[in-house]
Amino acid sequence: MRLEPIANPSLGRSLGPPALAVAATVVIASLLAMVAGANPFSVLGLILKGAFGSQFAALETLNRATPLIFTGLAIAVAFKAKFWNIGAEAQLYAGALITVVLGTGALPWPSFALIPTLMVGAVLAGAVLLLIPAILKTRFGVDEVVTTLLFNFIFLLFISMLLEGPLKDPMGMGWPKSARVLSEARLPRIVDGLRLHWGFGLAILCAVAVWVIQTRSTLGYEMRAVGLNREAAAFAGIPVNTVLVKTALMSGGLAALAGFSEVAGLKGSLTLDLSPGFGYTGIIVAMLALLNPLGVIVTALFVAGIFVGADSMSRAAGVPTYLADMMLATALLLMVLAILLTRFRVVRD
Amino acid sequence: MEILDILISASFWAAAIRIATPLILATMGELICERAGVLNLGIEGIMVAGAFAGWMAVYSGTGLWVGVAVAMVVGMGFGLLHSLLTVPFGLSQHVVGLGVTLLATSSTYYAYRLALPQVTSPPKIAAFQPYEIPILSDIPLLGQALFSQTPFTYLAFALVAATSIMLYRTPLGLAVRAAGESPAAVAAQGLSVTAIRMGAVIVGSGFMAMGGAFLTMSAFDSFFFEMVNGRGWICIALVVFGSWKPGKALLGAVLFAAFDALQIRVQQTSLGADIPYQIFLMAPYILSIVALVLVSRRAEVPAALMVPFNKGER
Amino acid sequence: MKPGSEVVLRLDAITKRFGKLVANDAISLSLRKGEVVALLGENGAGKTTLMNILFGQYTADSGSVEVFGQTLPPGNSRAALDAGVGMVHQHFTLADNLTVLENITLGVQSLFGWRVNKAETSLKIRRLSDDFRLKVDPDARVGSLSVGERQRVEILKALYRDVKILILDEPTAVLTPQEADDLFATLRIAIANGLSIIFISHKLHEVMAISDRVVVLRHGRRVAEVDVADTDKTALSGLMMGVEAKAPDIAVARPGKTLLSLQNISTPNIKNVPGLCDVSLDLKAGQIIGLAGVSGNGQAALADVVGGMRMPSQGVLVLGGEPLAQWSPRKAVQSGIARIPEDRHKTGTIADFDLTENTILEGYNSTPFSRAGWMNWSKARRFATDIIDKYDVRCPGPDTRIRLLSGGNMQKLILGRVLEADPQIVLANQPVRGLDIGAVNYVHSQLLAARDRGAAVLLISEDLDEIMGLSDVIHVIAGGRLSPGFARGSMTPAQLGIWMAGQGFDSADLDGEVAHAS
Repeated sequence: MRLEPIANPSLGRSLGPPALAVAATVVIASLLAMVAGANPFSVLGLILKGAFGSQFAALETLNRATPLIFTGLAIAVAFKAKFWNIGAEAQLYAGALITVVLGTGALPWPSFALIPTLMVGAVLAGAVLLLIPAILKTRFGVDEVVTTLLFNFIFLLFISMLLEGPLKDPMGMGWPKSARVLSEARLPRIVDGLRLHWGFGLAILCAVAVWVIQTRSTLGYEMRAVGLNREAAAFAGIPVNTVLVKTALMSGGLAALAGFSEVAGLKGSLTLDLSPGFGYTGIIVAMLALLNPLGVIVTALFVAGIFVGADSMSRAAGVPTYLADMMLATALLLMVLAILLTRFRVVRD
Repeated sequence: MEILDILISASFWAAAIRIATPLILATMGELICERAGVLNLGIEGIMVAGAFAGWMAVYSGTGLWVGVAVAMVVGMGFGLLHSLLTVPFGLSQHVVGLGVTLLATSSTYYAYRLALPQVTSPPKIAAFQPYEIPILSDIPLLGQALFSQTPFTYLAFALVAATSIMLYRTPLGLAVRAAGESPAAVAAQGLSVTAIRMGAVIVGSGFMAMGGAFLTMSAFDSFFFEMVNGRGWICIALVVFGSWKPGKALLGAVLFAAFDALQIRVQQTSLGADIPYQIFLMAPYILSIVALVLVSRRAEVPAALMVPFNKGER
Repeated sequence: MKPGSEVVLRLDAITKRFGKLVANDAISLSLRKGEVVALLGENGAGKTTLMNILFGQYTADSGSVEVFGQTLPPGNSRAALDAGVGMVHQHFTLADNLTVLENITLGVQSLFGWRVNKAETSLKIRRLSDDFRLKVDPDARVGSLSVGERQRVEILKALYRDVKILILDEPTAVLTPQEADDLFATLRIAIANGLSIIFISHKLHEVMAISDRVVVLRHGRRVAEVDVADTDKTALSGLMMGVEAKAPDIAVARPGKTLLSLQNISTPNIKNVPGLCDVSLDLKAGQIIGLAGVSGNGQAALADVVGGMRMPSQGVLVLGGEPLAQWSPRKAVQSGIARIPEDRHKTGTIADFDLTENTILEGYNSTPFSRAGWMNWSKARRFATDIIDKYDVRCPGPDTRIRLLSGGNMQKLILGRVLEADPQIVLANQPVRGLDIGAVNYVHSQLLAARDRGAAVLLISEDLDEIMGLSDVIHVIAGGRLSPGFARGSMTPAQLGIWMAGQGFDSADLDGEVAHAS
């Protein structure tokens, strides 16, 4: 077989394979539910209901989507330049760490000063953390996939060390948990009485900003050029290494905002289970969005919906929640294949 | 002084070899994939799946070696999925690899929950027991370290030799090495690049799963979530460290494991009492990064690694 | 030996389409034992496609291939090899990390067995290289071989399999004239040993020299088949091109002042590719300097230095009278150097960018395309539209991904991109490789126009005919060293060939040379 590019893909060609990928994912999820001895229709219905079936559920989904938008953006920015940042998990914790270090009393400032400071601090922490793999890559040619992955393990151990040492909350009854941030550091709710904080608004804002940068700025043009063809970019005079470092700073900063928003908006303190793998799930969010920053908002809501829905489905139907992870992994693999098929025709050769 | 005592003790080296075994198996698997030109980031998840599959098979009543075979077959299944997407379709090896890791991990956990819905602590199996090789195991230090291991470890060492012989002494190995360097050369000689690469990924994934199975069937006797704990990623670093050569990669794995065994032991000494244990746990990961920094500049990467081959591309 | 009557190979009405393009339109061809058939045609005429179908790398849409009376299964290189067909590809298919012996034996034995005795294999290779005059060391790593040696390995790969039919795709493109003669000697030995040969070329004198019969392809059609004895170069040229395509007229050059001067430049070797070794060269306004040489002899390093990709490790670059302290691609562009890269697919363009984005690849960073870090896409799009019109880029519009353009149109866009700013210096590295005759003439006329406008042009090419036709002064590069400059018409191809082979540098007393480098 051989792949042949399609000059002018028809509408069916552009929409058919992705639609099939979604359908196949649903079918596979149904089969998996049947393996678990449940009725597939009720399982899918329960997921949907659990995710969007009530105001409470929908707000829960939005809250869950917030960190995913940040990490999804972080991955989308990096992958666009083919900088393989798999370390969003560590960068998220870096942002959370700065938030609790500065937000638990070190800076006794009012909200309007404290919150922006924490944000900037978090962004810097995440950026600096990813700067190390970026420099190892551009200076020493070390593959960033392995270094960013290993950084996740190193940094989580570092957090664990701090939570059992200097950052340990004396009132925490022995749990490895930080003190709570000041009330001035907490992100307010968007609408009074509804459990949704401004972290979500910030995430949407970031998505729009990233989109503008990618499509309208010279940096965005450089990042796309570097991602698509590093050799041609270098030949044309684009400073490839500088662009990669800038990409890393942006990506790390965005991922760190997820940690900031989780601590300042939702949890109030830092624990080792702050993120149930938001950094890794961000990869799925970004890929499903085809690395489009605005698409990330949509896919983050979708992914968050599946997780939230699967939690309540699991309680009701007794199917393990890991069904959600399997669905997303399947969707990811099928979607990358589907996207290929929108642009290439498989011909026998 | 304490450290020196540790380094000359046979039990230390025996532990190092035990810790090295899963790394050796999975590193060989990754090495075969990469030598054929495919980066397999599914390694972490495939190890998880292998760990569960082998253990579950034995728990359900099969023999130990059948369990190893089951793990291998499950790994090969994920290898088939990976290679199908990355070789004929040429999809991003990064994305597919991470996708396979997610899929393998989540389906393992799903299967675990389905198979053992009620249990709070996972059941144990009768794992592989050490087998002292007659005569050889009587050699001081070396005998204890190398020849008093479980048969699974002996198998791992045999597989390193087999991989090395396959790569450098057989027509198949020649084809694999050529596929990772110049797929066009392979196609021009009437061989199928697709078949060679897919075969390498499938077999390599089988080895990775065996590496996972060692954890549940020889190192321990039970399956826990998170038990692979980044070992797969370390194996990817080991392949680079070993310059894509089986012997060097084996050496790297043993060195790495020795360091890991050392940090475990130093934790228990008076020296270790004052230092947070997390520092020791971090050390192996940091060591991997340092090793990569040292070798990456002069590494002889297979020229066609991560480069998809589309027959007759114009 | 006179060709026998036994037909060893028959292609019957082969048709192959790529999308809308008909690459082969019902082409038939037969080859008799002991015969050399030349497949003549311009780039894009469908020669390589036809041979790839014969060799099973493509599947024909219709038609059949018969070898020794047996129909070959389509799309199966292995079957072609087993039937006794061997192919020497234009782009070598060798693995650099393997030895000559390993490359030759790759895939010969069953994959699932043990390697046969290495000494025996080595002996057979040595015997073949003696018999066919293909000197090469079986234990050398292919990565360390010269281009000529690599081609010998390619031919040995086929001979080792005892092929009966040998296909050579543009085999002389990478050789010096002397090496080409050696190749022909080898081919004659092969014929004497009962092989039959298909020789793909677009060079008339070679076709006349080696073949018995010529099949001419044009635009995917077979337009003629003639015995060499019954034809001549002029007739063949007419058949090959159809209407006589006019090569551009060349006015006398009026060299002006030196715009860029390379003074005693050296660069380090990278792996087996030589760098430059004490090279001095002046690029003068209104003059085309041609750089002849076998590929892999330092052309890349020279192009990199001139194009800003590499800073020399020794020596000085003097631009407009000023020695350069810093040098980068961007600096080169801003200094008015137009760079036409060797590989337009890999370095010249970004396949998944549209034409607009590709057109501003070098200029995106300055007005009018951007200001203070923000793009002005409407200006960029207008510029792209202008280039498309002015340089006759055939495409659906500026929003088309460049991947979908033909090589010729891609090259026209690159020409437009770099020539539109009236550059002072033009670096043209293999500017017509793979282009059809219309595009070739277009590119050449643009280079000449740039020269006549007062630009200094450095033309790098492996095609000696192109160099000799276009250059006002020719330098030969071999092993990273640069020959003196030779004025237009002062050297024969054979004389240049001696320099290309790296001889002549040490005995500086050949005819017609203008001592220049010191």
